[in-house]
Amino acid sequence: MSEQPFRLFAGGRVDRERPLDFVWAGRRLQGYAGDTLASALLANGIHLVGRSFKYHRPRGILSAGAEEPNALVQLERGARTQPNLRATQVELYAGLHAEPQNCWPSLELDVGAINGLVSRLLPAGFYYKTFMWPRDGWMVYERFIRRAAGLGRAPSEGPDPDVYDKMHVHCDVLVVGAGPAGLAAALAAGASGARVILADEQSEPGGSLLATRETLDGEPAARWVERALADLGAMDEVRVLPRTTVFGYHDHNYLTLAERVTDHLPPGSAPDRPRQRLWKVRAREVVLATGAHERPMVFAQNDRPGIMLAGAARTYVNRYGVRPADRALVVAADDGAYAAAVDLADVGVEVTVVDVRAQAPACAEQARARSIEVLAGHGVVRTFGGSRVRAAEVAPLDGTGAGWAGGARTLRCDLVAMCGGWNPTVHLFSQSGGRLAWNAERACFVPAEARQRVRVAGAANGTFSLAAALTEGRAGGDAAARAAGFSGGADVALPAAEEGAEPAPTRALWSLPTRPPGGAPAKHFVDFQNDVTANDVALAAREGYRSVEHLKRYTTTGMGTDQGKTSNVNALGILAGLLGREVPEVGTTTFRPPYTPVTFGVLAGRDVGALADPVRTTPMHRWHVAQGARFEDVGQWKRPWYYPRPGESMHDAVSRECLAARNAVALLDASTLGKIEVRGPDAGELLDRIYTNGFKKLPVGRCRYGLMCREDGMVLDDGVSARLADDRFLVHTTTGNAARVLAWLEEWRQTEWPELRVWCDSVTEQWATASLSGPFARRLLGELTRDIDLDPEAFPFMAWRAGTVAGIPARVMRVSFTGEQSYEVSVGAGFGLALWTAIALAGERYGLTPFGTETMHVLRAEKGFIIAGQDTDGTVTPHDLGLGAMVARHKDFIGKRSLARADTLRADRKQLVGLRTDDPREVLPEGGQIVARAGGRPPVPMLGHVTSSYWSANLGHSIALALVKGGHARLGESLVVQLPQRSVPVTVVAPTFLDPDGERMRG
Amino acid sequence: MLLIECPWCGPRDEQEFGYGGEAHIVRPADPHALDDAAWGEYLFMRTNRKGAHRERWVHSEGCRRWFNVVRDTVSHEILAVYRVGEAPPAAGRRGE
Repeated sequence: MSEQPFRLFAGGRVDRERPLDFVWAGRRLQGYAGDTLASALLANGIHLVGRSFKYHRPRGILSAGAEEPNALVQLERGARTQPNLRATQVELYAGLHAEPQNCWPSLELDVGAINGLVSRLLPAGFYYKTFMWPRDGWMVYERFIRRAAGLGRAPSEGPDPDVYDKMHVHCDVLVVGAGPAGLAAALAAGASGARVILADEQSEPGGSLLATRETLDGEPAARWVERALADLGAMDEVRVLPRTTVFGYHDHNYLTLAERVTDHLPPGSAPDRPRQRLWKVRAREVVLATGAHERPMVFAQNDRPGIMLAGAARTYVNRYGVRPADRALVVAADDGAYAAAVDLADVGVEVTVVDVRAQAPACAEQARARSIEVLAGHGVVRTFGGSRVRAAEVAPLDGTGAGWAGGARTLRCDLVAMCGGWNPTVHLFSQSGGRLAWNAERACFVPAEARQRVRVAGAANGTFSLAAALTEGRAGGDAAARAAGFSGGADVALPAAEEGAEPAPTRALWSLPTRPPGGAPAKHFVDFQNDVTANDVALAAREGYRSVEHLKRYTTTGMGTDQGKTSNVNALGILAGLLGREVPEVGTTTFRPPYTPVTFGVLAGRDVGALADPVRTTPMHRWHVAQGARFEDVGQWKRPWYYPRPGESMHDAVSRECLAARNAVALLDASTLGKIEVRGPDAGELLDRIYTNGFKKLPVGRCRYGLMCREDGMVLDDGVSARLADDRFLVHTTTGNAARVLAWLEEWRQTEWPELRVWCDSVTEQWATASLSGPFARRLLGELTRDIDLDPEAFPFMAWRAGTVAGIPARVMRVSFTGEQSYEVSVGAGFGLALWTAIALAGERYGLTPFGTETMHVLRAEKGFIIAGQDTDGTVTPHDLGLGAMVARHKDFIGKRSLARADTLRADRKQLVGLRTDDPREVLPEGGQIVARAGGRPPVPMLGHVTSSYWSANLGHSIALALVKGGHARLGESLVVQLPQRSVPVTVVAPTFLDPDGERMRG
Repeated sequence: MLLIECPWCGPRDEQEFGYGGEAHIVRPADPHALDDAAWGEYLFMRTNRKGAHRERWVHSEGCRRWFNVVRDTVSHEILAVYRVGEAPPAAGRRGE
């Protein structure tokens, strides 16, 4: 157990009464409640936390927040393990287990650092340059490179043991960020009575106020935060969401938030609550008070552990009670560094300040008052150290900042705190479509023109003084509430903030001189996570990658999990300098959601496992289950696939079912077929315009098979329609196409032909259908009905009759998808199981065999009947299917004109044919590619592919349907189906393998 | 995600709707009077306008009605919503 040697005696927001044990890289350590993993590590004197992505250089904790590029950890183990978490945002809990990433065999001894020695081989664009030859080489290189340069590991165990939730809410004002500006905005908007959500990513609201020693109304600022939260808590319409990251700003003020509900507790310790919750918020108005991220400075070897952002060092002192070093070098291009210098000095750190600006600013007086040496006009030449920085060389800069004006001196230090300026956190504003503008004084991009209903306040808006941020926050909250129809928030009292000295301008010195006085150049890191250096940016610019979007992709700057929060603006600045242009002329890359990575779990919510998609079952489902049916998913439906008897394989069962349907009688659950009732005086007219064949003249009591096309002439669906009455049709669709066909009918009915008096309704689930097929079908049905005359003269093929079957009111259709004598009996869904059971009982003495979709597919393929979506793929016309006879000559229909286009008339279109394998036992794989002959040098012309293929027990040989170029003219031709290891010779035949004249089904 | 005002049901999330492409493309009264080029124009060619775009939407998970929307394709702002058969409001002609 460690003593936390770098923990201050007092101060900060950690609870010293609540020590928490945790494990880091196999070591047992202790922190306090209120710590992050990063602050607890620093309290234990641990700065080295990982290895860099490309060069495996030792890296430390750079920041104290969401922008962290280095301190990425693998949290927890087993099914709960999570990669790439920022140690700066992981709240400490008892028993936390974390490991560093990207180092092997261990953090201290890392063989990958060899990459650092050969780094000249890994310049910008090295992927593109090195591994593009030989052509297939990348396949080999990639495996090696990914392993050497990977991030964390996804969980290999599953399923995820945690539960995730979703919330859909509307609000009047969403305030993002609960720092001074956000709290003021929420107070103002809340006072007006508006529905307000205040979301903040940290463990407690307060933002920067928790990390500084500033006072409000003469008290520590955190006191005011408490009062503000109490006031907000008393407002009924205000909801405060801590630990909630607003990660996406989408169209029409739709924002997505990830709330970490129990991530700060030991895993599994709060089983009654979700782990995370996704909030989908539609906000009438938004106030962004997202603060700012500090910029690192770019100098030689600026990446050693112990080199961090000045504001982060200050946060660790003030918020977490950690003294991060004994001797600190503070490097400034902005006044922000001095506050850090002062706060470090006040907890006993020996501090020297180096300011790259020629003149020390007014606020340097506070530092000098603490005997801190301030070296104005100086920069860092380079640093020294291995697993921790131990010294730095500093030297005076020349006037341009491009070279050194004098000799270097070495300063011992175990911390370098740098402040290159501040970047307003404009990510969400930019995601919302807002335009950015360049603020030269503070050298940063600030929000300019908004595209959505959004306001920006505080540091996010480039307003860095506390007093001004509070005022701007209140004004933003009030204006947002007013825009949403509320008022009265403008008078909310604000606390008095200390007036600081007028800040001096930030110096936009994007990179310190490359070459040390009299020394060799060393790496100046710009993007820590992806190991991109100033040299890489320069190389890319020399090679012509002058657009920021190209620069980003070529060098990979900003493409890590941190999305370049600390690197992008520095890279732009360096590029602008090389091109001799101003930063705003170079522009920024696009900010995209998510702001920080989100888990797949929170996006999926509860829509996993059985709840991922609805399951639809037919009224007869229980019977199928009891009979041991195997099921097939067809869309959302569970359909019986086949009914194996004990000891039967699928092949055995399907063969048995196929023989029964052709030789006795068999029973299929056809309830899932799509059913649409089309009603109205113009019902026949609508169908005439939709189907390729005619329906207007179909007599009541009769059925007709129809094909429908899209306007481009390609087959959309097929099925049988029955005329129930003069003004009423029942349209059947393919099971998986029911919704699409209904939408298709509605689209034309509503948008093109609103004058037609016709209505369409889905009745799929209102009916249960049992389909009898086989030579004994009529005799079996005859035992179950007395009021339907089944005599073939009275009830011919393609007719339907109403009556009673097994005592149940039924509609019986003589249609056949199997090619056998067939009757489809439909009853109200509630009677489905009763009907089915009665048929099964009566059928026993006929050897009635239930069959599933696999047998149905075999039987229909024996007849050459297509399945839309299997034998068609949206590129097939009725003529391609050999169904040209179904295309009416004397009426128009959707798609007809397209059938006369030059392209649809080509003789070499892919057309439906049958295939016989030379070896009758060979069953071709569906999707198999068809070529003219075996062998040959690539590219081999593809003639088509196998669409359906089965073993036919009835015929004693395999059968296949295929789409083949110019297939109709190839009957009798020998072709080859090319498989990965061999080729199968086949003969093209007509697609009807059995009973081509249809005598069986008509009889 | 867009917030779309269905003229029958009121404002709803985009996910309840289906998109139907450009509006006011009238099916030729006699398709067979058209040559291949003219038919191809009707079948395939769309304006792909930058700015105010008149387009069809269907409230698939609501009233199942088709209607028309004028949407700015740059900002995604919805400028107008009107029913099938109604003339596009003046805003819809902006940018033409």
